[in-house]
Amino acid sequence: MSVLHIAEVTKTFSAGAKAVDSFSLDVADGELVCLLGPSGSGKSTLLRMVGGFEQPTSGSITIDGEDVTHLPPERRPTGMVFQSHALWTHMNVFKNLAFGLKLRRMPAAEIRDKVEAVLDLVGLAGYGDRMTTQLSGGQQQRVALARSLVLEPKILLLDEPFASLDQHLRERLREEVRDIQQRLGITTLFVTHGQDEALSMADRIVVMANGKTEQIDRPDVVYRDPKTPFVAGFIGSMNLIDGEVRNGYFMRSDLTVQLQVPDGPATLAIRPESLDVTASDTPKASVHRVTDYGSHGLVDLDLADGTRLKSMVAHPDLFRAGQGVDVFPRAIAAYRDNQQIYRS
Amino acid sequence: MSTMTTARGRIDWLGIFFAGLLTIAIVGPLLVVGTWAFTEVWRYPNVIPQQFGFRFWAQTLGRADVWNALMLSLQLTTVVTLLSALICLPAAYAFARMNFPGRNILFFSFLAGHAFPKFGLLVAIAAIFLQLDLIGTFWGVVLIQLVGTLMFMIWIPVAAFQSVDRRMEEAARDVGAGPFRVFWSVTLPQAGPTIAAAVLLSFVGTFYETEGAWLIGAPGIRTMPVLMISFINNQMVIQFGAVLSVLLWVPSFIALMFARRVIGGGAFARGFGG
Repeated sequence: MSVLHIAEVTKTFSAGAKAVDSFSLDVADGELVCLLGPSGSGKSTLLRMVGGFEQPTSGSITIDGEDVTHLPPERRPTGMVFQSHALWTHMNVFKNLAFGLKLRRMPAAEIRDKVEAVLDLVGLAGYGDRMTTQLSGGQQQRVALARSLVLEPKILLLDEPFASLDQHLRERLREEVRDIQQRLGITTLFVTHGQDEALSMADRIVVMANGKTEQIDRPDVVYRDPKTPFVAGFIGSMNLIDGEVRNGYFMRSDLTVQLQVPDGPATLAIRPESLDVTASDTPKASVHRVTDYGSHGLVDLDLADGTRLKSMVAHPDLFRAGQGVDVFPRAIAAYRDNQQIYRS
Repeated sequence: MSTMTTARGRIDWLGIFFAGLLTIAIVGPLLVVGTWAFTEVWRYPNVIPQQFGFRFWAQTLGRADVWNALMLSLQLTTVVTLLSALICLPAAYAFARMNFPGRNILFFSFLAGHAFPKFGLLVAIAAIFLQLDLIGTFWGVVLIQLVGTLMFMIWIPVAAFQSVDRRMEEAARDVGAGPFRVFWSVTLPQAGPTIAAAVLLSFVGTFYETEGAWLIGAPGIRTMPVLMISFINNQMVIQFGAVLSVLLWVPSFIALMFARRVIGGGAFARGFGG
C-alpha cells in the first residue's frame, strides 16, 4: 500500500514567478496519474519536488503517511526515470542496475538474482554485460526503467520518458510500461505533454496550466467533459468560438445556437465530430478545405467573419472548397470566466 | 553524386604544402638535435657528421650532477602535480558547480597570472621569496611551479565537470547515493579522462618549466632544464645539450603515447574546447 499525498505545494523561483501554485493531489495505491500540460505548466517541477530534486516553497508531500517534504532524494522511497534516461555511461547495464542495491549492502548473489529478474521484466534478459552506449534509445529507456524498478520504490516517477523516441517505439513502450506498472501494482506519477500518452496510459489525468490544476479526472471524462476552456482546447481537437449570448441564443457571425444561460459573453466549445455540416441554399459558412484521411474526413469551414471551424465527416467526397454549407452542433459546452456554464 | 567523387579525388596541393611546411618546422629541429646527440665529429661544410658514436652519452650519463638533476626534477614535478591536483580539483568543482560571491573574478584571476609578462612577475615574486627565505629551496621552487600549473589544472577540469550530465548525478541520488558517493562514483569517472589529460599536461609542463626554477631555485636547486641551460651557457658543447634533449624527450613521449591510448584524442580536444 503506497499512497502519495501532495498538499498545497507552491514553488516560487528566485525571479518571483510561481512555477507551481498551491497544488494538491492524492494518488491512490497502484494508481497511474498523468500530469499533462504544455511546457512551462509546472508539471516537471512538481515531479521533481516529489522526487526531492526541488524544495517546495510551501506545502507538504507525504508518502504512506510519512512526511518527505524536506528529505533529500537518496532518502525518499521514490524512483525516477528521466527523459534523457541519464544512464551512467561508464558502467555496463548490470552495474547501472546493481549500483543502488550495492548501496543498500545487499549480498552479491542476491543482487545478481534481482538484476536478472528485472532485466527479464523489461525484456532485456542477457543484456547485463552491454555498455549502455551500445543500446538503442528504446533499450536505454528500458534500462532506466529497470534501474528504478529494481529498488522496488513506493512511488515511480516518470519524467517524459518517451519524449526522445520515435512515434512507433513510443507507442510500444507506452503499452509495455503500462503492463509492467499494472502487474507490479506500483503507484506512478507520469509527466507528459503528449495527450495521446496521457489518454492511453493514465487512470487519472491532471491537466496543468501556469502551475495550477485545470482539471483532475479519468481520461474519458477529461476528453468528453472538459471543465475549463483551456482543457477543452488542449485535449483533442476542439472548435472554441467566442461570442455573445442574448435571449437564450449564442451568436457569432451567422452562427446561432440555442444556449440557455444568462446574457453575456461566452465561449462555445464543439468537437469536430459533434459538428454536422450539410449543403445548403442559405449557407452560414463556406468550405475552405476538405481533407480525406481514409477512415474519415475533415472539413475546414469559415463563418462569414472568417472564424475557422473544423468538422469531422464520414463522406468527405460530398464537399468541395467554396461550397456554401449549414452547420448543426450536436453536443456543445459553454464557458464564461474560465468556468463551465453549460453542457449538453 | 558524381561531383562529390571528383571533389574528393582532386588533390589538395595547398593543403599538402602547408602540411609539409609544418612537418619540416616540427620534425626538422628534432632531427638535427637527434643527429647531434649521436655525433662525435661534425665540421662545416659536411651535411652529415663525419663520425657517429656514443662518447657524449657516456660522458653525460657519467656525470653525477645530471643524475641529481633528473631525480630532483622528478621529485619536484611529482610533488607539484600532486599538490596542484589537491588544490585545483576541488576548486574546479566549486567553480563548475557552485555559485558564490566573487566567483567570476576569482575564476578570471587564474588567467590574469598568464596575462602578464612572466619574467616580470617572477622577479617580483623572487623579491618576496627572498624575504621569506624561500630562494634556493625545494619548496620555493614547488610554490613557483605550482602557480604555473594553476591555469591548466583549473580551466580544463572546470570544463570537464561542467560537461557531466546533471541528470546522471540526480539519478545516482535517486537510487540512494549521498552527495560524496555521487561525486566518487559518477562525477569523477565521467570527468576522469579529461582531468587525467590536465594532470598529464601539467606534469609535462612542470617538468620542463625553466624560468621559475632558475630564478627561484638558483643556486641550490638545479632541475634538468636549468642544468641544460648551464651546459649550453658555460661549455658550448652542443652534444651535451643534444643528449639531454633526447634523454628528456623519451619520458614525455612515452607519457603522451600512454595518455593517448588511455584517454583517446577526444578528451584533449574536449578539455580545451570546454
